[in-house]
Amino acid sequence: MSFAGGAARLGLLALLGFAVAPSAQADTIFVSNEKSNTVSVVDGGKMQVVATIKVGRRPRGITFNEDMTQIYVCVGDDNRIDVIDVATQKVVDRLPSGPDPELFVLDPKGHLLYVANEDDNMVSVVDTDAKKIVGEIQVGVEPEGMGISPDGKFLVNTSETTNMAHFIDTGSHQIIDNVLVDARPRVARFTGDGKFVWVSSEVGGTVSIIDTASRKVVHKISFAVQGVPREAIQPVGIQITSDGQRAFVALGPANRVAEIDAKTFEVKRYHLVGQRVWNLALSPDEKRLYTTNGVSNDMSVMDLERGRVVKSVSVGGAPWGVIVKP
Amino acid sequence: MRIASFLIVAGVLLVGTPAWGADPMVIRIGYLTRAEEPRIPQTFLEPVSEDEGVQGARLAIADNNTTGRFLNQRFELVEATVPEDGRVEDAVRDLADQGVRLLVADLRHDALLAAAAAPEARDMLVFNTRAPDDDLRNERCRANLLHVTPSRRMLADALSQYLVSRKWMNWLLVVGRTPEDAAYADAIRAAAKRYRAKIVEEKRWTFEDANRRVDTGHVTVQSEILTFTQGAEHDVLVVADEADGFGEYLLYQTWLPRPVAGTHGLVPTAWSRVNEQWGATQLHSRFERQAGRWMRPRDYTAWIAVRAVGEAATRTKSADPAALAAFVHGPDFALPAFKGQGLTFRDWDGQLRQPVLLAGPRVLVSVSPQAGFLHQFSELDTLGDDRPESRCRSR
Repeated sequence: MSFAGGAARLGLLALLGFAVAPSAQADTIFVSNEKSNTVSVVDGGKMQVVATIKVGRRPRGITFNEDMTQIYVCVGDDNRIDVIDVATQKVVDRLPSGPDPELFVLDPKGHLLYVANEDDNMVSVVDTDAKKIVGEIQVGVEPEGMGISPDGKFLVNTSETTNMAHFIDTGSHQIIDNVLVDARPRVARFTGDGKFVWVSSEVGGTVSIIDTASRKVVHKISFAVQGVPREAIQPVGIQITSDGQRAFVALGPANRVAEIDAKTFEVKRYHLVGQRVWNLALSPDEKRLYTTNGVSNDMSVMDLERGRVVKSVSVGGAPWGVIVKP
Repeated sequence: MRIASFLIVAGVLLVGTPAWGADPMVIRIGYLTRAEEPRIPQTFLEPVSEDEGVQGARLAIADNNTTGRFLNQRFELVEATVPEDGRVEDAVRDLADQGVRLLVADLRHDALLAAAAAPEARDMLVFNTRAPDDDLRNERCRANLLHVTPSRRMLADALSQYLVSRKWMNWLLVVGRTPEDAAYADAIRAAAKRYRAKIVEEKRWTFEDANRRVDTGHVTVQSEILTFTQGAEHDVLVVADEADGFGEYLLYQTWLPRPVAGTHGLVPTAWSRVNEQWGATQLHSRFERQAGRWMRPRDYTAWIAVRAVGEAATRTKSADPAALAAFVHGPDFALPAFKGQGLTFRDWDGQLRQPVLLAGPRVLVSVSPQAGFLHQFSELDTLGDDRPESRCRSR
C-alpha cells in the first residue's frame, strides 16, 4: 500500500473488487534506501531482495502511480522525482519537484502529485502527465508529511518547525485551517472513511487525531515502553487498516511498532522491530506489516494474524520509505 | 553615550510571504551584544565574521514569523550593540524602554552578569547564548537567566565520555594563556576525575601569538610543536585554546602520533556545519541563504533562544512576556533543535539540556551522551552539573 496513502489504496480496493485477494506471499515490496541511493525490491514469498534499482541521491518518499505500473521516488539531493517502471524495474523518467522533495502524495485521480519541499516552506503541485509544476502553496517551516482525503478534496501537510497540520483545499490551493500539534510533526494519514487525520509528532512523542470536519484535535495518543527513555519514543510512520479497526505507529529509536485499537485509541501492544523504525506499509491483504529500520538497514516483516515479527530482511543503507504491490 | 539599537521590521525578512491579518499580536525580543574585535580564525578557510550570533536570532525571527502569520502573531527583533567601553546596563534600560522583556544576551561573563543584574532586567527573561562559564550556572546563577549555550563542563563531559568509551584514558593537556583557557582546562580536569581518566602531564602554551599569515610560517610551527609536545606517554592530546590562537597547529605536528581533541581537532560543541542529521540540512540551508556563511555555535544558540520564545507564543497563543517566560520554564516546554530530541531547561540551574556534537574538522564524529552512560532521569543530565551537584541557590 502506498506509503503516502490515498490513491494506491483506492486503486487497490478497486482491484480487490474484481479479483480474489492475493496472499501476502505474492507481495512485491519496494524500499527506498536513503543512504545507498537505491530502491530494494523484496519478494514477499522468499522474503529476500530480488533486485536493486539505482535511483537519484537520497531517495525517501515513495509511492505508486494510480494503476501501479510506475513508482515515484523523491530524490531530495537531486531536487527531483524519479519515475521507475515497475515491469522493467528501471528508472525511465523524471519529474520536477521543487527543491529538496522529501514526501509527497498522489491525488486519488492520479494526475497530481503534492510534494513537500522541505527547504522552501512550500508544497509544490506536480502534474504527472504534463510533467510540470502547476502550483505552489506556501506553508509552515520545513514541510514534511502529506496526506490526502479519500475524496481528494483536502490535503494535509505537516510542517516540522512550525508544528502544524495545514489543511489545504485542493480546489483553490488555499490553506483553510492550521491545526497545532506536538513538536516536529512527520506523517499525516487520513482514515479510510476520511473522517479523521492521524498526525505523528516525532519530538513530542505523540499522535494527534484530528477531526476532519471540525479540524480540532479530538484525541492524543501517548506511548510508554518499559526500559525505553521517553525521548527515544519518536512516532513517525502510521498505517491504519481499511476497516478502521487497527492502527500501527512506528516509534523511531524506541525500535518498536505500537499496535493501537483505532476506535478506542488504546495502545494494545509494542512490537520489537529493527533500529530506528521509520515508515510502515501494510500488505494489500492486510495480513502483514512491513517496516523500514533506518539504523539496522533492514526491513521487519510482521505477521498480523500471529501478532509477531517473523522475519528481518536486509535491504540497502538507511531504508526509509516502503510500498507494497500485490 | 549613544547605544546603537534598531528594530528589524519583521516584514522585510519575509519577502514574498503573505502578510498578517489586522492587528497582529506583537512579540518583541531584544538582542544585546557588545562591540569587539572580530575573532580571527587560524584557518584561512573560515571567514572572519562580524555578525556571529545575531544572524541566528534574525533567522529564528523569520522562522517564528512563518509560523506566526498562521496565528496572527508578529515577532520583532530589537538589536542593540554596546560600544567596547560602554555600559551594558544602559543598553538594558534602553531596551526596556522599547518594551523588551525577553532578551537574548550575546555577552561574555562579566557583561552578562552586569546585564542580568540591571534593575530593568528584574522583569526580563534573559537567555545566555554565549558565556559557557560554569560559575554562571552555580554560585552566580540567577532566577532571570537561562543558559542556552552549553557550559564548559557539559562540553568536557561530552568529550570525556567519548574518549573513555574508546579507552583513551591517558591525556596530555595543553593549556593556552587566557583565563578562558584556564577555565576550559578546569572543566577537562573535572571530567577526567568524573570518568576516571588520567591527565598524565600538563603543558602551558607560552609561545607568542603570531600573525597567521607568515611566509614559510609552517617551518617555525613544525619545529616548535615537535619539541613542545615531548613528554609522558599519552593516548590523546587535549587542548584548551578557546581564542583559536594556536590549537590548529597541534594537529599532525606532535612528537607522538596522537589525536588532538578539545577546542581543536575533535571538538565538543553545541553546533557545527558538519551536522546534517535530524533535518539540520534545512537549518543550514536557510541560514546560509540569509547570512552567506556557515552557522556558528553562537548563531545556533541565538536561534534557539528566539525560537524558544516563538514556541512559547505558539503554544500559549499569548504575547504577554510573563506568560511566555512561564511557559519556557514550565513542564510542557520542549524545543526541537535539530539534535534528535526536544530540548528542555534544567530547573535547578536554568541550563538547556542538549546533546553535544563531537565535530571533526570535516565530518561529524559522534554525539554525546554516549551509549551506556545512564541516568535515572535523563541521559542528557550525564552532561554538566546534575541536580545533586548544583551549587545554584537562587533559583
